[in-house]
Amino acid sequence: MAGYLEIRGLVKRFGEFTALHDIDLDIAEGEFVCFLGPSGCGKTTLLRAIAGLDPQTGGTIRQRGLDVSSLPPAKRDFGIVFQSYALFPNLTVHDNVAYGLVSRRKTRAEIGRRVEELLALVGLPDSGRKYPAQLSGGQQQRVALARAIATAPGLLLLDEPLSALDARVRVRLRHEIKALQRRLGVTTIMVTHDQEEALTMADRIVVMNHGVIEQVGTPQEIYRRPATAFVADFIGAMSFLSGTFEAPARVRVGALAFGVPPQDGLAAGAAVQLCIRPEDVQVRNLPADAANRVAVSVAELDFVGSFCRATLDAGAGVTLTADFSSNLMRDLGVELGRRLEIALPPDRLRVFAA
Amino acid sequence: MTAAAPARPMRIGLSRDDLAMRAGLVLLALWLILTLALPLWSLLAKGFQDRDGNFVGLANYITYFSTPALVQSALNSLKVSLICTVIVVPIAFTYAYALTRAVLPARWLFQGIALIPIFAPSLLPGLALVYLFGNQGFFKKLFGGEIYGMDGIIVAQVFYCLPHATMILVTALRTADARLYEAADALGATRLRVFLTVTLPGAKYGLISAALVVFTLVITDFGIAKVIGGNFNVLATDVYKQVIGQQNFSMGAVVGMVLLAPAALAFVVDYLVQRKQVALLTARAVPLVPHPSRGRDLALLAFCGTVAFAILAILGMAVWGSLIKYWPYNLSLTLSHYNLAAADASGWGAYFNSIEMALGAAIVGTAVMFVGAWLAEKTRGFGAMRGLVQFLTFLPMAVPGLVLGLGYIFFFNAPGNPLNVLYGTMSILVINTVAHFYTVGHLTSTTALKQIDPEFESVSASLKVPVWRTFGRVTAPICLPAIVDIAIYMFVNAMTTVSAVIFLYSPETKLASVAAVNIEESGATATAAALCVLIVLTSATVKAAHLLADRYLFDRLQAWRRR
Ligand SMILES: Nc1ncnc2c1ncn2[C@@H]1O[C@H](COP(=O)(O)OP(=O)(O)O)[C@@H](O)[C@H]1O
Ligand SMILES: [Mg+2]
Repeated sequence: MAGYLEIRGLVKRFGEFTALHDIDLDIAEGEFVCFLGPSGCGKTTLLRAIAGLDPQTGGTIRQRGLDVSSLPPAKRDFGIVFQSYALFPNLTVHDNVAYGLVSRRKTRAEIGRRVEELLALVGLPDSGRKYPAQLSGGQQQRVALARAIATAPGLLLLDEPLSALDARVRVRLRHEIKALQRRLGVTTIMVTHDQEEALTMADRIVVMNHGVIEQVGTPQEIYRRPATAFVADFIGAMSFLSGTFEAPARVRVGALAFGVPPQDGLAAGAAVQLCIRPEDVQVRNLPADAANRVAVSVAELDFVGSFCRATLDAGAGVTLTADFSSNLMRDLGVELGRRLEIALPPDRLRVFAA
Repeated sequence: MTAAAPARPMRIGLSRDDLAMRAGLVLLALWLILTLALPLWSLLAKGFQDRDGNFVGLANYITYFSTPALVQSALNSLKVSLICTVIVVPIAFTYAYALTRAVLPARWLFQGIALIPIFAPSLLPGLALVYLFGNQGFFKKLFGGEIYGMDGIIVAQVFYCLPHATMILVTALRTADARLYEAADALGATRLRVFLTVTLPGAKYGLISAALVVFTLVITDFGIAKVIGGNFNVLATDVYKQVIGQQNFSMGAVVGMVLLAPAALAFVVDYLVQRKQVALLTARAVPLVPHPSRGRDLALLAFCGTVAFAILAILGMAVWGSLIKYWPYNLSLTLSHYNLAAADASGWGAYFNSIEMALGAAIVGTAVMFVGAWLAEKTRGFGAMRGLVQFLTFLPMAVPGLVLGLGYIFFFNAPGNPLNVLYGTMSILVINTVAHFYTVGHLTSTTALKQIDPEFESVSASLKVPVWRTFGRVTAPICLPAIVDIAIYMFVNAMTTVSAVIFLYSPETKLASVAAVNIEESGATATAAALCVLIVLTSATVKAAHLLADRYLFDRLQAWRRR
């Protein structure tokens, strides 16, 4: 199963500017991988290098054990869906999907059957005779997908396939694309800058920033154990407290001290960032011996629907956010200015060198 | 692992498509070198040779600049061009302003009338003026009896240049953002102030472009100066006299170079200025819809009416002149001047030669220009060759037709050149016309190609479909409107052009526009007018057919554009 795609030491430069620094990445057969990162971090560049559309400056790419680094796109095995979909506007939906089938020595009837099958698969069984301009954005997206998988490529590349759609269509298509990918078992790489999309769809996420890979892992790993401050900040909500590290397992933030999991690789006295997610802050049923207790007052309350995000002031300029459910708000009588006792469970704290 | 910087960039293998496209690009570059660069080079070289082909350094140039008559022509050319620019640009601006910013009745009609001169050979306004103000003219008193000379050239040039300047300025004025005007209104700015602070700056680049285009058109035009210039010599007529009259090719080359200089300079200035222009229209701009304003609209209507009347009068005079038995003594109408066989040995042959040449130039030119632009735009890598092609496609814009035609004589007629079999054939006329008008076709194609999704070729590579099939099934059909535009442009220009082809025709391949010049020289003014009218009718019919087809036929062919 392992090693469908192996990328080693990949570098891409545009003149003086280095868009990708020494990228190493392995992708297993059948995996759904998302490249996630802020706009301009090099996701598209990496995807296009894999396709051979914008060849890398250096490094190697092996696909199914074969070195494809210097092959032109026409000799590589992939299907692609662009952000713009790049549907042929003057061809019907049927002809768009059949585009790659025509040159494969198939009869008209065979091609017709395959196109029907593909259109049914993407949920557009009766749209074959329409032109792309007559379809909605979501429908166009599905046609592009059908065209890309028509020739049964070993690797499916999707560059922000959902970003041009409105929110509700986007959520529905996430599930459909994921289900389709499972069913076909095709190794898939999807580029996105939307963390929710990546978290819900991917088997593994590759978080990128400034042309380097910050972390590779399952959605849970990325969310629970961000490897860098960038990942911690980029994925989900996170409070950052600046402090200094005290060996072996303590971080001092102003007058406060917090016990943290043991850290290797941090020298005593090092400046660090202490991180905790709002939902990990404990307020209710604190055990008497709970570690990292802090007295705070509620400085701000933002109503977000099913819960409230509170900004808590721990004094001396230290603030952090916590999520309170409606129940908890009522039971504890949380309101602005209210003083609370909270705890930061050590196993939920992350420490990064500042 | 460290980021081991590779010593040189990765080399990517070439697919069969890549190889074919590169080969196509090389062929295109060779074609452009053969039909543009080498003829110009021959011309340049000729200027440094004596009549026998010996190198004489700057001797010809020294002779040129120490011959007062020749220098006078250059000064005359400059003077006429500057005066015409100063007259045409304000008229064209006001006309364009009326078309875009006022509420005019029958706006489309005024727009159409302003385009008419494009379909006429430049000879036509000259002939019309001879009828109106010439020695035998209706109004000869108006010009003190002497229309031949600078005044005549200026009036005819204004007619001939007006559509070009108007089109540029209409485009410039149309790209306006209504929000700017609303803001100015809200601030209580007066009309004049809005005009001076919003309208004029917005049209600045259009004005500069229009001025340079008019200047170049006038200084390089041959037909008008030939017919109505009289003893007033200009550069363009000097080239003709040196080459055709005195067979002094070296001096012809020198005059050609002198003529090339201001045209090339105008081109470079325009290029540098336009490069500074940033897009005025952002995606959120609100198009300006003019509101009625009685006084302004009436004044502009009167202005447009006058200009349109003058255009129609000049055209009408040429038509009338071609239908009158014996100007000015017998004004009864006749079609006898359309019996071309009576006036010129080639008779109707010249007219059909023109049609043949125009069709050839339209078909060959459009194919080469569109495929060429596609290759230049879509070939992967190969930057140096693409750069060379881009440069070569810009050359014709800077080179006057007369100069290019002269270069063709020197290059294709050279005894050692195997291509001299082409000399005197219809092919060389087609090749020359394609080269002469290459830039606009190339730019139109490039613009159309840039407007379609850049990833079609990537998609087709991923689907393992050869790129030429995507070109034929997708790219070309989508660009069909632009392709037809180029074909019409080539046809119309091939019908009317005189300057380049006047050096290249043989008795069997004489063109209508050239025949008109010859016939006029022989004194048969009415027949020359008849031939000009035929050219206008042919071009205008083709254009009208295009508009109709656009409206009723393409709509059906392009059902996919509808939502
Ligand atoms: N053709 C190019 N020339 C120069 N710079 C480029 C080019 N393509 C991308 N870049 C730069 O490379 C960086 C990464 O771009 P890209 O991969 O498109 O980012 P994203 O992660 O948003 O997809 C950006 O800073 C971008 O400006
Ligand atoms: Mg991108």
